[in-house]
Amino acid sequence: MDPRVAFGGSPHSAGFLSPRSPMLGSRRAEAGKAGREPDSLQVVKLSRMLYPQPKVLIPSRKDVLVLTPWLAPIIWEGTFNIDILNEQFRLQNATIGLTVFAIKKYVVFLKLFLETAEKHFMVGHRVNYYVFTDRPADVPHVPLRGGRQMVVLEVPASARWQDVSMRRMEMISSFCEQRFLREVDFLVCADVDMRFRDHVGVEILSPLFGTLHPGFYGASREAFTYERRPQSQAHIPRDQGDFYYMGAFFGGSVSEVYRLTKACHQAMVADWANGIEAVWHDESHLNRYLLDHKPTKVLSPEYMWDEQLLGWPAVLRKLRYVAVPKNHRAIRNR
Amino acid sequence: MRCHRLAVGLGFCLLVGTALCALWVCVENWLPVSYIPYYLPCPEIFNMKLQYKGEKPFQPVAQSQYPQPKLLEQRRTELLTLTPWLAPIVSEGTFNPELLRHIYQPLNLTIGLTAFAVGKYTRFVKHFLESAERFFMHGYRVCYYIFTDDPTAIPRVPLAPGRLLSIIPIQRHSCWEEISTRRMETISQHIAERAHREVDYLFCVNVDMVFRNPWGPETLGDLVAAIHPRYYAVPRQQFPYERRHVSTAFVTDGEGDFYYGGAVFGGRVARVYEFTRGCHMAILADKANGIMATWQEESHLNRRFISHKPSKVLSPEYLWDDRKPQPAILKLIRFSTLDKDTNRLKS
Repeated sequence: MDPRVAFGGSPHSAGFLSPRSPMLGSRRAEAGKAGREPDSLQVVKLSRMLYPQPKVLIPSRKDVLVLTPWLAPIIWEGTFNIDILNEQFRLQNATIGLTVFAIKKYVVFLKLFLETAEKHFMVGHRVNYYVFTDRPADVPHVPLRGGRQMVVLEVPASARWQDVSMRRMEMISSFCEQRFLREVDFLVCADVDMRFRDHVGVEILSPLFGTLHPGFYGASREAFTYERRPQSQAHIPRDQGDFYYMGAFFGGSVSEVYRLTKACHQAMVADWANGIEAVWHDESHLNRYLLDHKPTKVLSPEYMWDEQLLGWPAVLRKLRYVAVPKNHRAIRNR
Repeated sequence: MRCHRLAVGLGFCLLVGTALCALWVCVENWLPVSYIPYYLPCPEIFNMKLQYKGEKPFQPVAQSQYPQPKLLEQRRTELLTLTPWLAPIVSEGTFNPELLRHIYQPLNLTIGLTAFAVGKYTRFVKHFLESAERFFMHGYRVCYYIFTDDPTAIPRVPLAPGRLLSIIPIQRHSCWEEISTRRMETISQHIAERAHREVDYLFCVNVDMVFRNPWGPETLGDLVAAIHPRYYAVPRQQFPYERRHVSTAFVTDGEGDFYYGGAVFGGRVARVYEFTRGCHMAILADKANGIMATWQEESHLNRRFISHKPSKVLSPEYLWDDRKPQPAILKLIRFSTLDKDTNRLKS
């Protein structure tokens, strides 16, 4: 779209094509050519909405931190009005990609994962499920709502479950340029041995987000299970670290997820070359990356929970994305 | 003879053409094959640059020592720190200035600051600029844009390196309402003509104010608004919105988040352009209908911030009225009015 057309061809349009700060029209035109990017500059005008007034003197949550020291929101129930957010993202016609890996026996988790995603994940928005599997014939047929589709991507399996987990970074990064850039605005990368139990929506979307690990949200940084050996690329010293993020749920804009997965994969390659494997594999590298590149949103443990192991503490008003009980020994390496 | 030469010429061309084709095919086949299946562990080939114009990827943060954020702290009653649409509300204690400095300094940003000094308001410029030199975006490149009808009345204030002052002459209007409703138009024109090339972020503030404490990168965002100091504890029905239906700035009873002050707004320069242009169009529409909104530009600004929500909100620390006593919940006043005789100034 010619930016001069967008601005009515006024005499001021002469400067619009300067490279320093592309004006609205030119940026949209670029995005259309080179790939879809969630356009934070897009003008979205909200319709008239009625909702209670936010109160400056009354914090939405008094029991938890809702803003990181670098001013990224921490998403808890009660901090957001989903109607406003839904309208903001619908007006941008946002498409969300959800990647999930179902390698070897893990295909058994797909049915529940997809069925519950249909009920709770980004309802009302356009969604592409990207199912990576070595057994495409075993992918269940799950009826999908309008505006949602599933893409099955055949990939080879690794022998060790640790390698299956770590290869995900490589595969996601390569598919970012092959497909995701052109097809979706945001990517959410999730573990398959989970189910959605409550709303998981556009409140999570931002250029880069990580999720707090349910086992460490109350722990001090010395107790985080970061990789502590200096020989590894994922090394984090004991006096550093903001949070311990879980490798099972992260995401953001396609370009930021691409950078993250590519960086993590390259770090793992360097580790392999040095004969070392980080203590929690791709999760260790994710934590190193998010320490250096602060996420723009952090999801509370509502978005990553295991009720069997951890119960239901009062600080969690909702359990949104939860572990499915499984027999680790039976399912891994098969 | 001529036919013979023609034939030779054509033959020569044909030969050259064939030779070039052969050379081209050769070169193409000699270049290394670029396709490798995705599943082989060769990360080096996937180094396509995915940087869009104007977009800065997240730079790694140099490590600095700072305390761990406390997730489960029981908080005493304080200010709201997050709007319902997940925009941070910035106040002292919500951010770590050292950490933000580590994140923003390497980005080499230039911040613009506009202020209008028309008529008697030129007397505020010296104090305004001196305080900005002390507290506004310290350590960053800054462009001050002072719009005035009397460039000679603007004092020369010594500026730190990397900080520039531009004095931009504008036309003097007959009454002060006219002056203040022209600001949106002037700012948007200025962005289109100059500022979009010179700055990354732009703040637009009133000149009859001073900076009293640090104003740093915690304020940077796509579209930034500041809560008006007189209305932060007031229910929305009592906000001084424009309440006449005929105005484009009309806000109905059940609408409104916060009452924002017209004296401070800003953001990424492209967003500020879009915002000021939108306000200006709305003001023009009102003008055509012979109506001026209750609080001029501030009414239009508030209308627009309801339907185009800011991505970051500044607490009243960033826009204070010194005539009010400082409440306990505001720890640090950073930008506030100078007490003045407004009647005399507006004549």
